[in-house]
Amino acid sequence: MGRDKNTLLRKFHQARWDEEIILEMSVPGERGILVPRAEEGIRAEIGEGVSVLGNLRRKVPPALPEVNQMRINRHYMRLSQETLGTDVNIDISQGTCTMKYSPKFQEHLAARHPGMTEIHPLQDEDTIQGILEMYYKLEQFLKEISGMDYFCFQPGGGAHGVFTNVSIVRAYHKSRGDKERTEAITTMFSHPCDAATPRTAGYKVVTLMPDENGYPDLQAMKAALSERTAGIFITNPEDTGIYNPRIDEYVKAAHDVGALCSYDQANANGMLGIARAIEAGFDLCQFNIHKTFSAPHGCMGPAMGAHGVKAELAKFLPVPRVEFDGKRYYLDYNRPESIGRVRSFYGNAPIVMRAYAWIMQHGAEGLREVAECSVLNNNYIEKKIREVPGVVVRYAKGKRRLEQVRYSWEKLKEDTGVGTEDVMRRMGDFGLQHYWTSHHPWVVPEPFTLEPCESYSKDDIDEYVAVIRQISKEAYEDPEFVKNSPYNLPVHKVLAPSIDETERIAVTWRQYKKKKGVK
Amino acid sequence: MKKLGVIVNPVAGIGGRVGLKGSDGIEIVLKAKELGAQPESPMRAVDALKIVSNVKDSIEVITYPYEMGEEECQEAGFNPKVIGSIFRGETTPGDTKKAAEEMVKNRIDLLLFAGGDGTARDIYNSVGYKVPVLGIPAGVKIHSAVFAVTPRSAGEVAVMFLRDRLINIREAEVMDIDEDAFRSGAVTSKLYGYLRVPEESRYVQSVKTGGIIAEKEALAGIAADVIDKMDDDDCYFIIGPGTTTRVIMDSLRINNTLLGVDIVSNRQLIASDVSENQLIDLIKGHRTKIVVTVIGGQGHLFGRGNQQLSPKVIREVGIKNIIVIATKEKLAALSGRPLLVDTGDEGLNKELSGYIRVTTGFEDYVIYKVGY
Repeated sequence: MGRDKNTLLRKFHQARWDEEIILEMSVPGERGILVPRAEEGIRAEIGEGVSVLGNLRRKVPPALPEVNQMRINRHYMRLSQETLGTDVNIDISQGTCTMKYSPKFQEHLAARHPGMTEIHPLQDEDTIQGILEMYYKLEQFLKEISGMDYFCFQPGGGAHGVFTNVSIVRAYHKSRGDKERTEAITTMFSHPCDAATPRTAGYKVVTLMPDENGYPDLQAMKAALSERTAGIFITNPEDTGIYNPRIDEYVKAAHDVGALCSYDQANANGMLGIARAIEAGFDLCQFNIHKTFSAPHGCMGPAMGAHGVKAELAKFLPVPRVEFDGKRYYLDYNRPESIGRVRSFYGNAPIVMRAYAWIMQHGAEGLREVAECSVLNNNYIEKKIREVPGVVVRYAKGKRRLEQVRYSWEKLKEDTGVGTEDVMRRMGDFGLQHYWTSHHPWVVPEPFTLEPCESYSKDDIDEYVAVIRQISKEAYEDPEFVKNSPYNLPVHKVLAPSIDETERIAVTWRQYKKKKGVK
Repeated sequence: MKKLGVIVNPVAGIGGRVGLKGSDGIEIVLKAKELGAQPESPMRAVDALKIVSNVKDSIEVITYPYEMGEEECQEAGFNPKVIGSIFRGETTPGDTKKAAEEMVKNRIDLLLFAGGDGTARDIYNSVGYKVPVLGIPAGVKIHSAVFAVTPRSAGEVAVMFLRDRLINIREAEVMDIDEDAFRSGAVTSKLYGYLRVPEESRYVQSVKTGGIIAEKEALAGIAADVIDKMDDDDCYFIIGPGTTTRVIMDSLRINNTLLGVDIVSNRQLIASDVSENQLIDLIKGHRTKIVVTVIGGQGHLFGRGNQQLSPKVIREVGIKNIIVIATKEKLAALSGRPLLVDTGDEGLNKELSGYIRVTTGFEDYVIYKVGY
């Protein structure tokens, strides 16, 4: 039983429940819970609470599913058995995402501790001193980690964090009366939000292609820079995992034309305690707490893009700021040059708590060890993956990469016709999550991006590599077998074109009913 | 059951190895044979067909006799339906045209042909837009974008298409250079037209992510960016050939010359399908911009399919007034190779090389290297 000791492969088969959509399970009148009545004092004030709504009150109740507790529980347990999350698979697949382990201790605190769960953002500051203290102390930690002078924890995700930095860049130029700066520069291997967020803010976006070594082309950057450049928004290392040691030259070139430099450090896992944004010359940066600092990934909302700025940009930071007068923590709204609010209240407090807890558990040496283990793990897996037939690695020949590598199945595709998406589907048959290919367009053909951050052991990595090696072997022996995978998952191969056809996609129940002709 | 038409130009590529720079015309073929040249295209066709033979039980193959497909199909394991007649060992471009026409009549779903640019032209002349076509690269000259990267990948794409796994069809350029001129050292290529080709997803984003839909949006953005610049005054815009530049004309609801050069100003058509001399006359004393896209699989901006935009025209307009448009996918497909200029004027080629801003969407640009 269990994993084969020689091949390291598992006989995995996932549950298939053929489960209904929750709205199809509704039985009129069925209840999950009875909502408790309001306290007497409140009832005395507003009666049953509904009449105060006046005309806002709905004439027809919302069409919410009516399902009892046990069926709801069963439903979601079944669905969870049909997914491959961080808690059940070796999550090395999601390169660039840093799927590190989120310790259950801090998850428990966030979900159960009344100090987190029973508070309200409108409570008086004096009653949430502990929360504010964590904000303040986490800011001190991130200042030290990045070298920036101030941090803000309001954005609800990484792209939101970059957008907030774009907003600060815009406010900076505006405050100087500089209206000519209409362009932002990013690179092809930076995260697409580094192009999308300046675009959303109204900037024209200029993208730099990689040179033959995989670095953004410095000459191209100098050709792109002008007095119209407001800022550069880039990552380093980029998606390739290659660290650009000349980053300061890029920053200097941008500063020379009066632009600001924003460092997207969403994934800083390979650099904690080793390299800092400030020494590279950047004016702003941001960390995705859900990547580098172990909070769970939150899907564009309940996450956090913590962003930092140098002192001269502090006045533009969002409100409110958490401040400390030596005795008491408080929220400061009185900041006339602030770009304003970027999120309701003061951001996602449970994420701050997790990051604070995680950093406190590791300490300064521990954080550096995180980076060292990430890089070591990555070097180890890279060596193993490079040995797999069909894999090639573009750029930076002979150089080590940091925390991740963008690999290519280009050769496998040429030799066998099996491409990266075929291999990706087959991964699931061994109980591993589909890997991350690449952002678009695919500059590296048939790409896949792996990141074995510090959480995974040598044994985990060996099992992962064994699966990749096995699929390569299958591709050379029987390409059709790989192309028709997966076989052991709840959903089998979905033909690609149908995913593209918007008329066949429903993202809401209302759309679904309309498209399927359901009454 | 899907029907696959197979045409092999058995003499394609024969001139290459013996340095004849092409194989157009019976004299050249004979000369090549005298020089000891062996035909390469049958072998390449077999390489592609062997891949297709993985699905041989679910398709019907129609081909032409002997070395024009029958023998290659048999070698790859097919039992094809053979139509038409030829003189063995003496095939001509006329045979290719006739074969393509008859296959269209036989209602094939895809035409797979082995050859080079000359063969692609012959196919284009008889097939046009009627049937999707895919080229197995086997000629000396491969400037057209209708060819797969390798014979093997031609087989792969054909299989995907025949099994309904690949539904995207794109228009791809049929280009050819004048072989006589090429032999005497000058490259003058012409854009002959477009064939419908199943999309090859090797370098571009895969079908899964909605390639065609995303591309349409990107193209609309590119057109909007260029048209925005037309607003301010009466500047002339020379619109070069190509399907990318066509989107600008379509957005303006102006009839476009797909293979030629048009002039637009203030969103109105000034002149259609103009020659170099007409261009020079028309733009004299006018502020003018040139809008060009990447032509052909090798990434040419000038000197392939748009010779009207001669060194004289480019100098008159000024290098600063060149607007290059292309989708990011198209740039990524160049795999890091620079965009190319081959204007016929070394000095100008040099001036044009360096870095250029390519419009890749609305207010969205890529800085890209230009070489020659």
